Amino acid sequence: MAETLLKVDNISKRFGGLLAVNEASFSVAVGRITALIGPNGAGKTTLFSIIAGFLLPDGGRVVYDGTDITGEAPHRLARRGIARTFQIVQPFAGLTVRENIAIGAHLSRRGRSEALSAAGEVARSVGLGAQLEAPAAALTVAGRKRLELARALAIMPRLLLLDEVLAGLNPSEIRDMIPVIRGIADAGVTVLMTEHVMQAVMRLAEQVLVLAEGRIIAQGTPQQVAADQRVIEAYLGHGAARRMAVGAGHD
Amino acid sequence: MKTYLSIIVVVALLAAVPMVTTSNVVLNFLVTALLIALAGQGWNLLGGYGGQYSFGHAAFFGTAAYATAILQVRYGLNAWVGSFIGMAAGALVGAVIGALTFRSGLRGSYFSLVTLAFAEVLRIIASVAPITGAGVGTLIPLDLHARAFQFQSRTPFYFIALALVAVSLTVIRAIENSRFGAYLVAVRENEDAASALGVDAFSVKLCAITISAAITAAAGCFYAQYFLFIDAGIAYGPWISIDALLAPIVGGAGTVFGPLLGALAIKTLGETTKLIAADAPGLDLMFYGLLLVGIVGLAPRGIAGLSRAISRPRRSSISTPDGSRG
Repeated sequence: MAETLLKVDNISKRFGGLLAVNEASFSVAVGRITALIGPNGAGKTTLFSIIAGFLLPDGGRVVYDGTDITGEAPHRLARRGIARTFQIVQPFAGLTVRENIAIGAHLSRRGRSEALSAAGEVARSVGLGAQLEAPAAALTVAGRKRLELARALAIMPRLLLLDEVLAGLNPSEIRDMIPVIRGIADAGVTVLMTEHVMQAVMRLAEQVLVLAEGRIIAQGTPQQVAADQRVIEAYLGHGAARRMAVGAGHD
Repeated sequence: MKTYLSIIVVVALLAAVPMVTTSNVVLNFLVTALLIALAGQGWNLLGGYGGQYSFGHAAFFGTAAYATAILQVRYGLNAWVGSFIGMAAGALVGAVIGALTFRSGLRGSYFSLVTLAFAEVLRIIASVAPITGAGVGTLIPLDLHARAFQFQSRTPFYFIALALVAVSLTVIRAIENSRFGAYLVAVRENEDAASALGVDAFSVKLCAITISAAITAAAGCFYAQYFLFIDAGIAYGPWISIDALLAPIVGGAGTVFGPLLGALAIKTLGETTKLIAADAPGLDLMFYGLLLVGIVGLAPRGIAGLSRAISRPRRSSISTPDGSRG
């Protein structure tokens, strides 16, 4: 097992009567792409928000690079090298693409012109080079997803948290985006992504964690997880795995 | 240098006015317009660039005006020194209000209402506290010497007001081109997204309200020296809070020249109304209201946005005649 960059230890979060995350524990190895999957309402985004400092857990710890970062403010986590994207894209709508990315680039660059030119490089690396001077509000959904990614990359993170960057994209846009994410990981950034698009998870992730009803119910390689009975039942309902096996037997 | 060229040109043009006319009416008009432009520039930094709409900039204006006046009248301090202390006092009030409101996470209309409440509380305190002269107000004794920040003619006042506006324009332009300015706009556009990128939204907003308060406070110091009289209604009254936000919104919030354009526009409108309607009380305020409704409804980016839309036509939310073809 490679060196651990992020360790989530017994995290729980309750919203009133709903236990959104229930003692979830896992670790993310450095330099890998780890995917966090699970049916709707499994608690993926809640868990993400806790790791990124936007929500306080009711119990448990988040350890990053050997340091307990539970409950630290998002801007401090960003300075530690943790970047995130938002599932519902949050562009600075009144600014251009370049200015959007420059906000991230400013983290390590004080000067305005350095940040703006660094923003240009990051934009080209995610395929936004042609729209640099366009207002962010004018981008398509796919463009906004790329912008989310570019802004996060501009802070030069060690750990990148991607919250459903492929949701809402059409199949050809997804096909275009997969190499971009692969390229980020190849450049040495550790990626933790939540994703609904299984085709992407299968192609990108080295490790898959399955969250259902707030618990981690399975983890392993994509192939191991896809064959796991608990995972199939979590998605398709109780008894589905057995019915499928029976159905296969009848053929 | 190029970024400051427009400021140099505008200030030079305004500086040439006293060579054309020495009419007290014209100069008085321009001095009050510059005063509002200065107060409005303070609001513009926090509201226009930072998206934090304050309804209570009177708190900074009034504190500075009172500090300037009281330090002279009661403690015999030099007027210039008093003005600097007044400005610092206004900035301090800004920092305190900012720390309290932003630390408790007040955003949007909650922030607006709380700033309004702070200004009103200060107004009520000032109208009863003995040190402010309570209901009588504070009168700065006449001492027409430059060292007392008082002048025979209006021309020196005009140049001082213009210099203050020039400094405020330069400061805002410099902020626009800095990391702090970029962070401030990012907080306005989306605070959560900004903090995910390492922006400490609280510090950015606190810094903005402090500078904002200092700029509006400078207008308060100037007011005290120009009119030599203040009371609670003048110093902390809603009129200055309204003018300070109306000028940048009419002129173009979040633009360097917005407050100056807006101040000239609303002062022109105010004077015209007075000419037409003679002394019907409150009529100019009605026109202000109509103007604000018109600007927000038809040209949400103010005069500056309107002129940009004309010179560089782009599709916008404003309905255009050719929109009917669709």
